[in-house]
Amino acid sequence: MTGKATRDAYGEAILELGRENKDIYVVDADIGKSCKTVPFSRELPGQHVNVGIAEQNACGVAAGLATCGKIPFVTTYAVFGSMRMSEQIRQEVCYPKLNVKIACSHGGFTPANDGASHQGVEDMGVLRSIPGMTVLMPADYYAAKKLVKAAADYKGAVYLRFTRDPVPFIYDEDAEFEIGKAYKLKEGKDVAIIANGDIMSVALKAAEELEAKGHSVRLLDMHTIKPLDEEAVNACIDEIGKIITVEDHNILNGLGSAVCEMVAEKGKGIVKRIGIRDQFGESAPYEYLLEKNGITVDNIVKSAERMFR
Amino acid sequence: MNRNDKAVMLREKARELRKTALIMIHTAGSGHPGGSLSAADFMAALYFDELNIRPGDPTWPDRDRFVLSKGHVCPILYSSLALREYFPYETIYTLRKQGSILQGHPDMKVCPGVDISTGSLGQGLSTAVGMALAGKRDGRSYRVFCLVGDGECQEGQIWEAVQSAVKYELDNLVIIVDNNNLQNDNTCDVVMPTGDLRFKFEAFGCEAYGIDGHDMDQIVDVLETIRESEKKLPKVVVGKTVKGKGVSFMENVVMWHGMAPDKEQFDTAMKEVEEVTV
Repeated sequence: MTGKATRDAYGEAILELGRENKDIYVVDADIGKSCKTVPFSRELPGQHVNVGIAEQNACGVAAGLATCGKIPFVTTYAVFGSMRMSEQIRQEVCYPKLNVKIACSHGGFTPANDGASHQGVEDMGVLRSIPGMTVLMPADYYAAKKLVKAAADYKGAVYLRFTRDPVPFIYDEDAEFEIGKAYKLKEGKDVAIIANGDIMSVALKAAEELEAKGHSVRLLDMHTIKPLDEEAVNACIDEIGKIITVEDHNILNGLGSAVCEMVAEKGKGIVKRIGIRDQFGESAPYEYLLEKNGITVDNIVKSAERMFR
Repeated sequence: MNRNDKAVMLREKARELRKTALIMIHTAGSGHPGGSLSAADFMAALYFDELNIRPGDPTWPDRDRFVLSKGHVCPILYSSLALREYFPYETIYTLRKQGSILQGHPDMKVCPGVDISTGSLGQGLSTAVGMALAGKRDGRSYRVFCLVGDGECQEGQIWEAVQSAVKYELDNLVIIVDNNNLQNDNTCDVVMPTGDLRFKFEAFGCEAYGIDGHDMDQIVDVLETIRESEKKLPKVVVGKTVKGKGVSFMENVVMWHGMAPDKEQFDTAMKEVEEVTV
C-alpha cells in the first residue's frame, strides 16, 4: 500500500499554518509525539501550550485563548477529545461560539493494537449532538492537509478526526476540499456509496468491483458529517434512491445515521448502513476488526447487489 | 482618595450591589442569592477600584478580564456591570426572562462585559488561564481575575488549571476564592470537605493569601499587595465569607443557595442591607 497516516498530514499542515499565522496555537495534552505536533512545538514554542495529561483544562485554556483572538487546535486522541472534554467543548467552545478546533488522532479502529480504550468509535456521534459543532474526517493524507487548512480558515468549532496508521492515497495534491461539501469520486446511477475517513479506500474498491460487474456507482467522500451536504444526499435520494453508507464509526449517530435522518424525512429511498455494529473493538489487526463488523469490500458489494434484486 | 475614604466608598458600593442583586432575584422569582451576597464585597473592590476596564468599550483588548467561574452567582456580576453602566440599570428587571441579555448563567454573546460564558462549575478557571497566557504571549499588561467558589474547588479541573497557571508563570492571574463553606446540598464540610484551601493553592505553587472576605480594608490591602508583587506566580486570595452575607435570615442557611425571596422576605432583606453602617 502506498499511503500515509492522516495524523502526519495534520502535523505538517499545522506547522505550515503556524508559520504563516502567529495566532495559530497548538494546545497539547502530553501526546504531541503521537499526534505529530512536536515539530510545531520546537519551531513555534511561542504558539505552543502543553497542559499535560489534563484534557478538560486543555479545552478551557483553548477557549480562553480564543477569546483573545487566537485560533487554538486542541490536540489529543479521538476518545479523549470527544468524551473526556465533551462538556467543556459544549460549555466553553460551542455555546459561546468560540473559534477552537479539536484535532484528534486515533480515530475509529486505526489504533487497532491499542485496544478498545484507545479506539474512538463513537466520537463523531457524540460531538455531532452538540449545537454549532462541525465534525469531519478526511479520507487520506492529501485531503487531511487541505481540510486542516480549511478548518483554520473556518470561523467556529471544528472537530477533525485522523488516523493513527497509514491509509492509502486516494487523491493527489491538487484535489480541493470544502467543509460541508461532499467530494464526488465517481458519478453513477445504480447505487450511491457514501463513505468517509480511513474506510474510503474500502468503499472505492467496492465501487470498482461493482463497476466491473456492470453496475454504475456514485461514490461520495462525505468527509464532513456535520453540517451534512444535504444537496448531495438529496441528489442521491432523488436520482438513485439506493444508498450504502460506510464508516469506521459506530453505525449509531455517525455518517449512516445522518444520511438515514434525511432519507426518512424525505420518505423515499433505502439505506444500508455499514459500520461498527454498536460494539467495542479489542487489540487485534485492523483488518480483523473491520471484518468482524462487516466493513469489507465483499459486504458492500453484496449489499448493493441485494438492493438491485 | 485616601485609604479610609476608598474603603468607605467600596463598602457603599457593596451595599448597592447587594440591593441590586436582591431586586434582580426577587423580580426574576429565581436565582442564587446566597453566593451573590457572599461575593459582593470582592465584586465591589474589583469593579469600582481594581479592574482596569472601559465600560463604554467592553471588548477593549487591553482591558482586565473577569471570569465568574461560579457562574450561578451572576446576579452580583450583572449588578456590577449595571452599576458601571455596561447596560442601562433597568435591564436588571429582565434577569432570567426570555430574550434578556441577563441569562440565568452568563452568556458572553449577548451581555456586554461578560468575558466568557460560564455556568458549568470548574471550567471558568481554565479559560482564565488561557486569557492570562494570551496576554503574556502578546506582551499585553492586562490582568485576569477569576472568582471561584469553595465548593467548586471539588472539581478536578480547577486543579488542572492551577497546575498550568503555575507552569506558565501566570503572575497576571488573580484567583479569588469565595470561601463561604456552603454548597447546594449542605455545608462543604458535610458534602465534601475542601480542607485548607489557601494551603492547597500554595502547595500547588501559587502565591496565596487568606483574608476575611467581608473586611474591605483587608480586601483593598491584599489586592494592593498582589498588584505590587514581583513573584512570577499566580495569585490567590482565599476570602473567608458568609453565604447570604448582609441578610440575617439568609446567612449560613443552605436553602438560600438557590431560592428567591418572596415579597415579605425581600422587603426585610432590603431593609437590613440598607441599615448596615458603612
